Amino acid sequence: MSELKTLYQDLILDHNKNPRNFKKLTNANRHAEGYNPLCGDQYTIYVQVENDIIREVGFEGSGCAISKASASVMSSLLKGKTIAEAEELITLFQKLVTGTADPMEEIDRVGKLAAFAGVSEFPARVKCASLAWHTLRAALEDKEQVVSTEV
Amino acid sequence: MKKAVETVLPFTSKSSHAIERIRADFPILKREVNGKPLVYLDNAATSQKPLSVIETLRNYYLEDNSNIHRGVHHLSQKATEGYEQGRKNIASFIGAAEPEEIIFVRGTTEGINLVAHSLVKEMIKPGDEILITGMEHHSNIVPWQIVCEQTGAKLSVVPINDKGEIIFEEYEKMLTSNVKFVSIVHISNSLGTVNPIHTMIEMAHDKGIPVLIDGAQTVSHMKIDVKDLDCDFFVFSGHKMFGPTGIGVLYGKRKYLEMMSPYQGGGDMIKSVTFEKTIYNDIPYKFEAGTPNIAGVTALGSAVDYINGVGLDRIYQHEQELLQYATESLLNIDGLRIIGTAKNKSAVISFMLEGIHPHDIGTIIDLEGVAIRTGHHCTQPVMQRFGIPATARASFAVYNTKEEVDVLIRGLDKVKKVFQ
Ligand SMILES: Cc1ncc(COP(=O)(O)O)c(C=O)c1O
Repeated sequence: MSELKTLYQDLILDHNKNPRNFKKLTNANRHAEGYNPLCGDQYTIYVQVENDIIREVGFEGSGCAISKASASVMSSLLKGKTIAEAEELITLFQKLVTGTADPMEEIDRVGKLAAFAGVSEFPARVKCASLAWHTLRAALEDKEQVVSTEV
Repeated sequence: MKKAVETVLPFTSKSSHAIERIRADFPILKREVNGKPLVYLDNAATSQKPLSVIETLRNYYLEDNSNIHRGVHHLSQKATEGYEQGRKNIASFIGAAEPEEIIFVRGTTEGINLVAHSLVKEMIKPGDEILITGMEHHSNIVPWQIVCEQTGAKLSVVPINDKGEIIFEEYEKMLTSNVKFVSIVHISNSLGTVNPIHTMIEMAHDKGIPVLIDGAQTVSHMKIDVKDLDCDFFVFSGHKMFGPTGIGVLYGKRKYLEMMSPYQGGGDMIKSVTFEKTIYNDIPYKFEAGTPNIAGVTALGSAVDYINGVGLDRIYQHEQELLQYATESLLNIDGLRIIGTAKNKSAVISFMLEGIHPHDIGTIIDLEGVAIRTGHHCTQPVMQRFGIPATARASFAVYNTKEEVDVLIRGLDKVKKVFQ
């Protein structure tokens, strides 16, 4: 079960079961939809931004445990962050799940996201983990089109 | 031709001798995945290859490699022999009237595209209809959508019921005089449904409509006789019948193949070329432009020998036993739902575990060495019909055993533990 543990960490299982901020934000001023046609995962990310600061985040949709937990953890980390800080987190998360993060350098910034480091051992699941984050980026950039993992 | 399996033993007990011998023919089944013995249950995607097929490929490149139909030299003749022997094997395997009715293509997908392009697109008019069913693979949907876009014809879809069977009364109603072509899957790769194609072909023929059968999931599981079926076209892929990738078959009745225009232009498909006029070759060569997949065809011939050696009757019987055993075992799992519960099924089982996404199932049981497919299986309309994003799918071949079903079940128990 050891490899299993590296992917399905308790934190991931918990966020999958009880996703945080799992709701449509009626006062959102940014949102974007993300879709992974290979597995049918689909999420809408809502963000309320005020003076360059993320006040609230919510998400809706469905997908596998990895994608849902990723969206949930993401939503819980963003509140109060500036857009620039959010962009940095997106980049850090991407590095983490593709196994290119430098643990020594990034260790204090990683925090809860460390639970997703195991994803890098499962190439087929990297897209599941990244979906919400790509969608967040599109929402922050106020892009209209649906984000797809398959381009 | 050497027979791959010499003796005929019944498949009865759990791990009968006969199956062990068959398993021994497939070297890959001995390997481990993630430290566990491989349990390969993704046969609907592609089957594994017996040593005889691998050896044929190897020997072709070691001993006979040459271009065909061109050289007078020894090797070219050997290569041509192997290639044309492959055509004869395939023709008798599916009961074609003559080898000339066998066209080699890359796979099911290309076979359907060839018919769409060279026949249906040429004869169909705005307002005409092409009829398919609600359980088609994308490769039996998209080529027809392209034809419809280019010609102004309409694509009509026969609906399926909650069990995943074609609604027969609807099929009957929809076979109107507007329909100019019918294209249906024999066995659904996502639901396992075996369609009553014999009757469906007859009904279409009563109205004078030609029928193509997608046999991708048929040929390594069930005996087929295209003369008896009377289908006008029958397509399948080598890689799903113990053969190599990149080779497939389009069977067509001579009368259609002769009236069809070529698919691609080039070498081998012509009789004579001048800049003023080119005379096309006869069938089958008219449709086989360029140097074909000689090694692939030769090895496909060997795959046919392999299947004949084991015997499709025995394969069918064994797989039906596995289907029944696996269905019962799966239904014992709390919260498990099978998608596709047709009366007549092939050994393909799509399922859902309550509250757990198929992808998570796939990843966790992969760590137990079990290979299943998760996703939409290139049948998104089927997923839409059942209101689900994806399924987990176990699909069986003759070399699978009941013990392997047990490993799958234990893996699923593990999945449930992780998510409890
Ligand atoms: C029913 C069915 N039709 C068509 C195809 C397409 O076959 P290929 O990809 O070999 O062209 C498949 C393969 O997945 C199939 O299962």
